Amino acid sequence: MTFLRDASIGQFTYLADETAVHWPKTEEFELVYILYSFEKNQYLRIKTRTKEWEAVQSVVSVWGTANWLEREIYDMFGIKFSGHPDLRRILLPEDWVGFPLRKDYDLRLQDVEWVRKHLGIESGQKYYVGEARHESPDYITPTD
Amino acid sequence: MSTKETLFDASELTVSMGPQHPSTHGVLQVKLKLDGERVIDAECVIGYLHRGVEKLGENQTYGQFVPTLDRMDYIAAVSNCLGYCEAIEKMLGITAPPRAQYIRVLMTELNRITSHLLWLGTHALDIGAMTVFLYAFREREEILKIFENYCGARLTTHMFRIGGTQYELYEGFEDQVRTFIKDFPKKVDEYETLLTQNRIWIGRTRGVGAITAKAAIDIGLTGPALRGSGVNWDIRKAKPYAVYSDFEFDIPTGSTGDTYDRYMVRMEEMRQSARIVSQAVEKIPAGPLMAKLSKIIKPPVGDIYHSIESPKGELGYYIVSDGSTMAYRARVRPPSFVNLQALKQMVAGHMVADVVAVIGTLDIVLGEIDR
Repeated sequence: MTFLRDASIGQFTYLADETAVHWPKTEEFELVYILYSFEKNQYLRIKTRTKEWEAVQSVVSVWGTANWLEREIYDMFGIKFSGHPDLRRILLPEDWVGFPLRKDYDLRLQDVEWVRKHLGIESGQKYYVGEARHESPDYITPTD
Repeated sequence: MSTKETLFDASELTVSMGPQHPSTHGVLQVKLKLDGERVIDAECVIGYLHRGVEKLGENQTYGQFVPTLDRMDYIAAVSNCLGYCEAIEKMLGITAPPRAQYIRVLMTELNRITSHLLWLGTHALDIGAMTVFLYAFREREEILKIFENYCGARLTTHMFRIGGTQYELYEGFEDQVRTFIKDFPKKVDEYETLLTQNRIWIGRTRGVGAITAKAAIDIGLTGPALRGSGVNWDIRKAKPYAVYSDFEFDIPTGSTGDTYDRYMVRMEEMRQSARIVSQAVEKIPAGPLMAKLSKIIKPPVGDIYHSIESPKGELGYYIVSDGSTMAYRARVRPPSFVNLQALKQMVAGHMVADVVAVIGTLDIVLGEIDR
């Protein structure tokens, strides 16, 4: 990464975005770095895959922008970054349980469970159990 | 509030500014560490307005997601809409018809003016210049009237659709825009008479929150905040999208990267936007408003990153499609979120009152930061 920033072929001095995508079938996260070079007027997209339980090397020392971006990734996906100066949740409260942008964090399921827990009734809302769009191996049905 | 004795017999004070502070422009909390009046450290606490926009993007179809995006940066909703529609169009391999493209540019530039006017009004108000606020809102109202006539909404407009625009221009649109644009540069001069040479304004902004070009790039500043530091980079010029390559306009830059320079950059940008609008309104081509595309939008499997120049900076969309009607991942790269990160290094060593000026000059919208 330092090579990409400093080497004369690229000089990708600006990290436009860093984000992740969850692929539950292979238990992998895909990390996406979007770099930009002012000299070449060129974007560069770097994708790398990591297993769900592995920590990733932080790039904060290379691009300062990555600080909050990696905190957000940690917040939303639970990916741990080694070497990050201040890895805490950023948008969600500190005591939040779960990582919302993982595919097994189902929105409709959350609704149904909230109604059951707080109101003590069954929600009449339709949810898609069998036909859940992003089916993941650890997808649980509400009756479990 | 808490105090801690420091080495030099002075006490370090922690003050929490916000989340209900009028100058934080929304629900932003800044935890300041102070040594007397001087700021040692500032930590931003954000997320009070988090609505899970990116998650919603995975649970709504491509078309349904567009109005949700207007709720991110509600000051410049048109830009949000444009960036997303263009990203999906790029995935589908279609382009909007020329008439739609011109309407898009026109509306986006008018929206850039409203965004900058709101920034000008509130920023000046924070620093103590009350009058500018009233003037700025007078002109902003005129543009909002145009929006209201065009699509019925003033803020969360949902003007564009994937593949073009929804509404035909109303009768008298061109005249209304022409009348506005004719007077507008004079109005900008009028604002400048109130501020540019004002001694209090210069005292409060010059040298405050200065950031070098190198540091600005490292921390990821974009938009007027980056150009204020002297980097001549605007996505409208560097990677022209829509029909921006058809228009003549200049990219204003500053030199020192302080609050005053960023103010000058934004003032000039308003004039340049007016220039684009006046060119666009004269040559709106005839033709259809929507490209031909199927009712059900299913982009091919793959991913795309498309970014546009929103009034705040680089607004990027990273969309991953799995070939279904909903995005597999809908990532938004919010300019305000990344820009706010620079607050810490911009306020260090300044007075408490300057924190207000720096928050103002970063031009943040909490709806976009928290999403």
